[in-house]
Amino acid sequence: MFRILHDTKFDFIKWWRHAAVLTIVFILIGLSSFIFKGGVNYSIEFTGGTLVQVKFTQPPDPAELRAVIGEAEITQFGDATEYTLRLQGTQEIAQQASAAEGVAKDVEAKLRAKYGDGFTIVRTEAVGPKVGAELARGAVIAMLLASLVTLVYLAIRFEWRFGLSAVLSTAHDVLITLAFIKLFHIEVSLTVVAAILTLLGYSGNDTIIIFDRVRENLKKSRKEPLYDTLNRSINETLPRSVLTHVTTLAATLTLLIFAGSVLRPFSLVMAFGIFVATFSSIYVASPILLYIERKFPRKDLAGRGPHVSASTARAESQVEQPTRPIRGSKAPVGR
Amino acid sequence: MTNLKYRLLLIVGLVVASVWALWPRTVVERVKRDGVFVYDTIHRVPLKKGLDLVGGMYLALEVDESKGAVANKEDALDRALKVVRTRIDEFGVSEPVVQKVGNDRIIVELPGIDDPERAEQVVQKSAFLQFMITDESNALERSLPRLDQIAKDAGGPSKAVTTSGDTAKRTEVGLSKLLAPDTGAKAAKPDSAKADSAAPLIPPTGGTISSLLQRGDMPGEFYISQENASKAEYYFSLPQIQAALPPGKAIKWGADTIAIGGRVYRTIYVLDAREILNGEWIQDAKPNNTPIDGTVVEFQLSNEGGRRFRVETAKHIQDYMAIVLDDRVMGRPPVIQSAIGTRGQITLGRRDLQVAQDLALVLRAGALPVPLKIAEVRNIGASLGEDSIRRGTNAMVFAVLAVIVIMIGYYRFSGMLAVGALMLFVLYTLAVLAGFGAVLTLPGLAGLVLSVGMAVDANVLIFERIREELDRGKTVRTSIEEGFQHALTAIVDTSLTTILTAAVLYQYGTGAVKGFAVTLIAGISASLFAAVFVTRTFYLVWLTRTRGAQTLSI
Repeated sequence: MFRILHDTKFDFIKWWRHAAVLTIVFILIGLSSFIFKGGVNYSIEFTGGTLVQVKFTQPPDPAELRAVIGEAEITQFGDATEYTLRLQGTQEIAQQASAAEGVAKDVEAKLRAKYGDGFTIVRTEAVGPKVGAELARGAVIAMLLASLVTLVYLAIRFEWRFGLSAVLSTAHDVLITLAFIKLFHIEVSLTVVAAILTLLGYSGNDTIIIFDRVRENLKKSRKEPLYDTLNRSINETLPRSVLTHVTTLAATLTLLIFAGSVLRPFSLVMAFGIFVATFSSIYVASPILLYIERKFPRKDLAGRGPHVSASTARAESQVEQPTRPIRGSKAPVGR
Repeated sequence: MTNLKYRLLLIVGLVVASVWALWPRTVVERVKRDGVFVYDTIHRVPLKKGLDLVGGMYLALEVDESKGAVANKEDALDRALKVVRTRIDEFGVSEPVVQKVGNDRIIVELPGIDDPERAEQVVQKSAFLQFMITDESNALERSLPRLDQIAKDAGGPSKAVTTSGDTAKRTEVGLSKLLAPDTGAKAAKPDSAKADSAAPLIPPTGGTISSLLQRGDMPGEFYISQENASKAEYYFSLPQIQAALPPGKAIKWGADTIAIGGRVYRTIYVLDAREILNGEWIQDAKPNNTPIDGTVVEFQLSNEGGRRFRVETAKHIQDYMAIVLDDRVMGRPPVIQSAIGTRGQITLGRRDLQVAQDLALVLRAGALPVPLKIAEVRNIGASLGEDSIRRGTNAMVFAVLAVIVIMIGYYRFSGMLAVGALMLFVLYTLAVLAGFGAVLTLPGLAGLVLSVGMAVDANVLIFERIREELDRGKTVRTSIEEGFQHALTAIVDTSLTTILTAAVLYQYGTGAVKGFAVTLIAGISASLFAAVFVTRTFYLVWLTRTRGAQTLSI
């Protein structure tokens, strides 16, 4: 049989400090961008405002178009004849409080005056300010609730340590994805929120699969330090992680290539998130689990979890000296 | 063996059910043919497509409280919902959606509409019809001196204010108050706007009210030249003027302009505030084209309405009766020759038949109990929708191909089993979507493509487990058994957490995102079944056929 990454013995956890620095720096850059350059680029669904997508028969001169429309964000969409015009100024939004469609009609009138019949309006969206605010609140509630539900589920299925590590690593994924969205100026629309929420589930999946293996290995070999168990579990699930990411990434890339401009932000966020989810399940969830284990060693030695607590102290020392090679390397035949 | 038989039976049964659920069927629905909607039987796959895929219009309506608070909003919205639904049903769209969302919003989805402005009109028009008698007591003339004085006082101070921003705002408020959103207002709007910009945003102070008015041809009728219309509108909107208007009378603008001697005039009417009847009693209304009056809407009152109308009009023979629609007098008030029964007409003059059709429609459906404003509107062109479908389908096909290549390349024979399960997965997912009447949206399509990538995850987990068991030197049969067993907990945990997340999305998402959540849930449930049950059955079949193979291609 054809195999990749079979029976590997990488010491993944060894690199957790480097990984932590890397991810914290990325998040910090993203956060400082938030602070110094203002928030993310919200779509009109959230801020309220008007979007008009226009297809011209002749490619228009962008400067001229700008002169006609005035205060609007003008973006080319697909080929040279298609443009989206976004009007999100406070004045326009205020105007839409009483009647959402007003601004869109003004835009059409202005275009009609300049270009006559040389264009068709492919799509308009006009959202009053109140609707936008409600949506934003809904999205935040959805995200918090989804995290809470995952936390509770994992706490029941595993143990609170695992649940907490998984949720913290998921929170990390959301943070870093937000930093990515900010740094790459991706417009946050409802579909992008859907992508972030899907990532919430997906990132959880990766962590769960590694933790599932950890749980199993903990039962099998009770003397092994948690540090080694984690490394072993990550190595054992490595082929699965790689393969699943390849297939999911393949699907995401086809979306990116074939699904067109409307779904591009969604696909970009998904593609980035898939990488991050793998990364975080190894380098965020596992070190956090180690840390929790060290801070709150299990007391019930004789009870359900004698396997880890006996080795907690050693796990700690191993985190301190990460260059140490793995002991208790993987033995495929049962011990 | 019997166990295997039942397994196969279940899979085949589900395939048959799925194919049946997706089989193109004949349905009767409204379709557009040569620009008109007709009921027709068409043959199609029973998968509903969302607005972003077929093109159309989405409206979110709220109670408009800008002209005064509405008591008992929720009840009013429920009644408005009924009216809007009736109107939309008559408007003629294939599969429209009209529903209440939350406590304060009505959502209207009109697939395939290509005249959004007309649709907005039909939905939003209040269509409040009143019959009122014009004033014959010269009430306005008698109170004119007082009004003039008030206008002078009101005009004076506002002129003294040098920073005209405040008063300019007041002018605008006044104008918009009088300009109800109907066709008559539309004709006047450009002119009044022009007058505004010519007189640089200072309220007119030159004359008093009486100098603006000319007596009309009938009692209670006045002409105002077009250029003075905005001034008059300003004055009549002042609260102190409104307070000083003759009691028991109402002043309404005419919907049309009239030309006298080459000059264009607007009309205002002084009417008895008590209406003799309103549109509640209308039973039927239809548009017509008459040689004398032009476009008209002929209406018929119910028997009870007709009786009341006869009694009231009998008291007012030789008086003029104004037909007031949404606060505007339609046409010129006709004189009442004799008691009128159940039939009447509203004259629309030069407007085209379409306007009459729409007016007849809203009159039949009844008046909106509260004014509605548009809180959100989306228009998606049909071509954009087709484009999205084509792109989405392309992405789907290529995603499936990519996954097939990867799975077979890596897992060989077992990969083929997984691909078989993947095909069933796609079939089941679509069938579940069709079965629950879920709406396929563009983000939904994206979710579907994504789930193709994720669907094999369960298979990958199982295969890797089987490989590990084989590494430990176990037999093929045991390895398969234990591979499935050990992978199961992880598969169930991951599926359940994702379903929980999707459920939250469904609860708090709107429109397109809801569609995404539904496809995600359908996809995960189908993939769970496909990987765990279908692949395993395939293995069992294979094991039986090869009578306990010694090697497994995985």
